[in-house]
Amino acid sequence: MSEYRIQGATGEWEVVIGLEVHAQVTSKAKLFSGAATAFGAEPNTQVSLVDAAMPGMLPVPNRECIRQAVRTGMAIDAQINKWSRFDRKNYFYADLPQGYQISQLYHPLVGEGYLDIALDDKDPENTKRIGVERIHVEQDAGKLMHDQHPTMSYVDLNRSGVALMEIVSKPDMRSPAEAGAYVRKLRSILRYVGSCDGNMEEGSMRADVNVSVRKPGDEFGTRTETKNVNSVRFVMQVIEYEANRQVDVIENGGTVDQETRLFDPDTGTTRTMRSKEDAHDYRYFPDPDLLPLELDDAFIAECRESLPELPDAKRHRYENELGLSAYNAGQLTADVDVYQRYEAILAATAAKVGKSESDVATQVANWVLSVAPGVKNATEDADEANDTTAANAGIIALSAAGTVSGGQAKEIYEIVLKTGREPEEIAETEGLKQNSDTGAIEAVVDEVLASNADKVEEYRGGKDKLFGFFVGQTMKAMKGQGNPAVVNEILKAKLG
Amino acid sequence: MTELTELTVAAIRTGVAGGDFTAVEVAEAFNANVAAASQLNAFIVATPEKAVEAAQAVDAKRAKGQDLGKMGGVPIGMKDLFATNGVQTTAASHMLEGFVPQYESTVSQKLWDAGAGMLGKLNLDQFAMGSSNETSYFGNVISPWRRKDGGNADLAPGGSSGGSSSAVAARLCPAATGTDTGGSIRQPAAFTGISGIKPTYGRCSRWGVVAFASSLDQAGPMARDVTDCAIMLEAMAGFDPKDSTSLNLPVPEWEAGLNPDMKGKKVGIPREYRMDGMDPEILKSWDDGIAWLKDAGAEVVDISLPHTKYALPAYYIIAPAEASSNLARYDGVRYGLRDLPEGAGLQDMYAATRADGFGPEVKRRIMIGTYVLSAGFYDAYYNQAQKVRALIARDFEQAWSQCDVILAPTCPSAAFALGDKTSDPLSMYLNDVFAVPASLAGLPAMSVPAGLNSEGLPLGLQIIGKAFDEQGVLNAGLAIEQRAGFTAKPEAWWK
Amino acid sequence: MSVDKATVAKIASLARIRMDDAACDAMVPELNQILGWVEQLGEVDVTGVEPMTAVIPNTLRLRDDVVDADPLTGGGVRDKVLANAPAPEHGFFGVPKVIE
Ligand SMILES: [Mg+2]
Ligand SMILES: [Zn+2]
Repeated sequence: MSEYRIQGATGEWEVVIGLEVHAQVTSKAKLFSGAATAFGAEPNTQVSLVDAAMPGMLPVPNRECIRQAVRTGMAIDAQINKWSRFDRKNYFYADLPQGYQISQLYHPLVGEGYLDIALDDKDPENTKRIGVERIHVEQDAGKLMHDQHPTMSYVDLNRSGVALMEIVSKPDMRSPAEAGAYVRKLRSILRYVGSCDGNMEEGSMRADVNVSVRKPGDEFGTRTETKNVNSVRFVMQVIEYEANRQVDVIENGGTVDQETRLFDPDTGTTRTMRSKEDAHDYRYFPDPDLLPLELDDAFIAECRESLPELPDAKRHRYENELGLSAYNAGQLTADVDVYQRYEAILAATAAKVGKSESDVATQVANWVLSVAPGVKNATEDADEANDTTAANAGIIALSAAGTVSGGQAKEIYEIVLKTGREPEEIAETEGLKQNSDTGAIEAVVDEVLASNADKVEEYRGGKDKLFGFFVGQTMKAMKGQGNPAVVNEILKAKLG
Repeated sequence: MTELTELTVAAIRTGVAGGDFTAVEVAEAFNANVAAASQLNAFIVATPEKAVEAAQAVDAKRAKGQDLGKMGGVPIGMKDLFATNGVQTTAASHMLEGFVPQYESTVSQKLWDAGAGMLGKLNLDQFAMGSSNETSYFGNVISPWRRKDGGNADLAPGGSSGGSSSAVAARLCPAATGTDTGGSIRQPAAFTGISGIKPTYGRCSRWGVVAFASSLDQAGPMARDVTDCAIMLEAMAGFDPKDSTSLNLPVPEWEAGLNPDMKGKKVGIPREYRMDGMDPEILKSWDDGIAWLKDAGAEVVDISLPHTKYALPAYYIIAPAEASSNLARYDGVRYGLRDLPEGAGLQDMYAATRADGFGPEVKRRIMIGTYVLSAGFYDAYYNQAQKVRALIARDFEQAWSQCDVILAPTCPSAAFALGDKTSDPLSMYLNDVFAVPASLAGLPAMSVPAGLNSEGLPLGLQIIGKAFDEQGVLNAGLAIEQRAGFTAKPEAWWK
Repeated sequence: MSVDKATVAKIASLARIRMDDAACDAMVPELNQILGWVEQLGEVDVTGVEPMTAVIPNTLRLRDDVVDADPLTGGGVRDKVLANAPAPEHGFFGVPKVIE
């Protein structure tokens, strides 16, 4: 990644980016009430008296939400604070029933950590370390709907009180691409840990994008915060737009206002958020309904022990123990779904062929990363349910044993996807097998050489290129079912 | 037979259980008193049918030989700060006028489960902010007491639990719930010649109680004597998983543990409570209390609580700060008053609703609380106050190495006339100068009647105990009660 | 520190309490009296004192992650939640239109 610079009238500008990512904690019940968190329910059906801030209602924290935030902190090598506290952030808004959000300002649950982002897909070792300032736990707000009634907005509190982790980065990013890589890496880690499903479309993850510009080497400029940006692409667009807008403002003699902005995905632009204009004074203070949160050693130990192998560690292991290329290892470990599929198929394949995982790792990696997705994309009436670990392993095993050719493997996979039939059975009944019988191949080769004596003469005279001709003739005679390796071997021997 | 409405909680319980009278008879007798006392304005809503219904259930249980519960057959008044399912709950504010909760507070539920019935919802200072019951949207509560030197000036029943104190003193109910944030049980109890205890912070669940200041609010009983307080507190207290600050401890058998023998006990007399220009009659009642406890076998020791002077100012930062946030939920969106001026947007609706729904004292405290939490002032005010609060708690902690309980006056004066202090908020706040330190430290504290002053008005003595030692407080209270021989009661001029 | 009318107006706006000129004027001396009085706390030496967090020694309990474990604090009670709403609309709370 080369340095990202905005070309202004007065020269080059550097952009400085920090992200506050709000990630919905995976939990069944809300942070401070027993109402459910499931997405997409009827309005106000997942709202308890507590969430609606009825008089006299009180918060009691959900252990699982705390646990997930702690595990997330551990996954980014962050400091876990055994003593933390909830504070109230006071402001008035229709999606905020209590008139305050229970959050953590002064003593967050998780302190400083970091994550390493890849600057180049092809070279996962080329990384940049992005600091994480803190992770705190807080309540989500409800939802306002503006287009249901001419003069009214409608309030749905189903999300109100759902647990969020606010993951605050340091202003360490310098380009839209770095910010994109950061969000993707963070999402990957959250999904590995299981603390957030990372579903940006459903709002499980959204970013507040802090952007400022400066002349390279200068002090930080004034930043704007664009709220609730809900895709990686939009995060990058916001940065692009804001950086250019700010440069324009400054170069035209203006100053950048420190303000909250909204992103409009339709136009790719940002604008001042009117409703939050006067909300600067949040009057934070410790929530008197909640005692300080103290974590004991057993709790912390359980969090640590329950952490899975994380993306970077897994990638290194794939390279060092399985012998995968850096690129493949990076691709396979980028997301939970991919590595889980890979590891399942790898184990099944190794068992099937009676070899170690490292012996078949590369073959399985190629299958999972390129062969299988290619076939799948081309197969219109594929049934996802047919795409089982056993079927995939079965096809790879057939291929590894030389029973089927690469092309045949693809054909078998296509039939598997459509019908769910067994790969071995398909190979058998559909004739999708290659012939490795040396006797039979020798007979065909003898015939081919006999009927092309002139070419054999030329070959032996030094026309090496003719080797391919013999292979082609042999394969043709065998209707494409000859095992190419065996064919090659026999031809080599016979031609001397 | 004595009039049923003269009976204590203990006597009603015994009489109903023994078949001397039915619970329904008791309920009806109190319902009649409530109906006849509208002049006192102690109730915002009377619920005679609820009282009778609960009594019928108790009588039916008795017929079947079942256990009647700790409060079996006792009708009570419920401070209108406790949410009561299906019954309007207002916190004495216009904001919540007409608000009918669909839930029952933990404390009131426990009382109903113990066999008590509800006579009605008692008036109070709006959102429990006040010391005279003059801030209620539903009008002042009038004390049943009058000065004996003629002068029919209406007197303050104290506050914020003024409806409770007035109703118990006037025999409209044998007992009532109160809440105490900075003296709101003890001061009204002292003003009206009844007993009331604020337990250790966390003993009674705050779930379903309209919040004023979360770190201070505690519910407690108000009744005619110490035994009744013990009985009712047992029914109200207990761990509630719905309240994060609830104490996860078993409820002691305070009633069974009552013992007025103070032998081997040390009573601390805090020298800082002896303030300049104090009412000599208050000082005299304090001396009486000392003598009575000595008579009960206690050793009396001088103690020092050096930060006493700073308790009230600390309280008037912490309580309004918490209140300013706790009362933010009253915004006209989900329940309660909505004032939507023509063409108003959301934020204008909030401002109009809150201007209309909150009374002047509530607004004043929200303003103070908002100010002390606002940018740039948090450390100087709120944080400083919480540090001073820690020092006040430490004062008590140190005192416990010298004594078991502390004896002090409940208030600096007897009841004053309604209107006397309304023009000067600060002089009103000073009423709670002796009550607030125990609130800030979360300690159990009670007020018991000590006698009448020269004007014929009740004075109260306060006993402050160690955390969790309600028993020690109740026992000292009982020792005083037995020696004070307080039997005075107000003339029923309102009937 | 003492407050002036502009400060009172700003605080009233933060607290979302509509206050006209006269009300702000009246509030200025009231707040100043109270603030002047509480400022005596500044005299107290609080060196090394931590602000109080838990009045009675007690630790924060955490509850299990169970949906609707207690009906009083669980969901699925829309009727109760909306029972007192000034403007319930199709299962929502209605508020004057908000422009974000
Ligand atoms: Mg933010
Ligand atoms: Zn946040």
